[in-house]
Amino acid sequence: MEQITSSDGYTQPPPYAALRVKAIQSLLVDKGLVVEDALNEVVDLYENRIGPKDGAAVIARAWAEPEFRQQLLDDGTGTLAELGMTGFEGAHVVFVENTDTVHNVVVCTLCSCYPWAVLGLPPAWYKAPQYRSRAVMEPRDVLQEFGTFVPDDKEVRVWDSTAEIRYIVIPERPAGTEDLTVEQLAELVNRDSMIGTRLATPRQEAIA
Amino acid sequence: MNGVHDVGGKHGFGTVTTEEQEPVFHGQWERDVFSVIGLYFAAGLCPLDEFRHSIEVMDPAEYLSTPYYVHWLRAAENLGFWNDLFTPEELEARITELESNEKEGL
Repeated sequence: MEQITSSDGYTQPPPYAALRVKAIQSLLVDKGLVVEDALNEVVDLYENRIGPKDGAAVIARAWAEPEFRQQLLDDGTGTLAELGMTGFEGAHVVFVENTDTVHNVVVCTLCSCYPWAVLGLPPAWYKAPQYRSRAVMEPRDVLQEFGTFVPDDKEVRVWDSTAEIRYIVIPERPAGTEDLTVEQLAELVNRDSMIGTRLATPRQEAIA
Repeated sequence: MNGVHDVGGKHGFGTVTTEEQEPVFHGQWERDVFSVIGLYFAAGLCPLDEFRHSIEVMDPAEYLSTPYYVHWLRAAENLGFWNDLFTPEELEARITELESNEKEGL
């Protein structure tokens, strides 16, 4: 089918965007409402410090420790808080687990709700209307565009995030990884596998 | 609110485009927009419902035709007005000022 919208994930700004935000920043700084360092700091936090590696460490531990896995499933928000993973967005986090009969996938149809404190900021496709509109309507087709084929006899569950509740998928642990350490397991947990659009990375692809 | 943002189940948007090794931000303007909203959050200026609302009142045609961070740009403007951080007149004046500085190469 011919594509109607731009295919660049909607990242090219219209001409007015850069100037308007510079004007807002400069007003806020001149009025003494913010300091420039704080603007840079919040960017640095989410660009360089918090990211999918944080979530990957949690998932790897859940694979290795059944008790911890159960804790995450029972009380995601509380368990993350114990690990110091709370964010601005301050929402509840619910973990859902993939099994041999269920595949979970997460979307935010209304906007872009996402567990920042655990995964960092969402990728552009997660925030674009292509994914948001179709993930709830034809999830298997969308998953195939990510190269993820879920067999017909496996149930697909789609979780629509809200401002109050965000979801994280615990992907299935890849086969043949019994001897790996938690740190090595974390290498197999790619960002998309925690959103549910991909599976965890097979061992041979991750540890070359 | 049954606005244009409620895209779940709508047809016609096309296929999902993904990017290998996607950067967190695709340009300085995205960092700038994020930093303003980030500080609004940190300052408690926008509970999430209010943040969402500030996007949902966007012009529907602009909402669908612009990248994600333009939604946040409009949120930064609307929340700025609603919280009396600056007025629409001040913003327009500052834009004009920056524009003329740019032209003069300042």
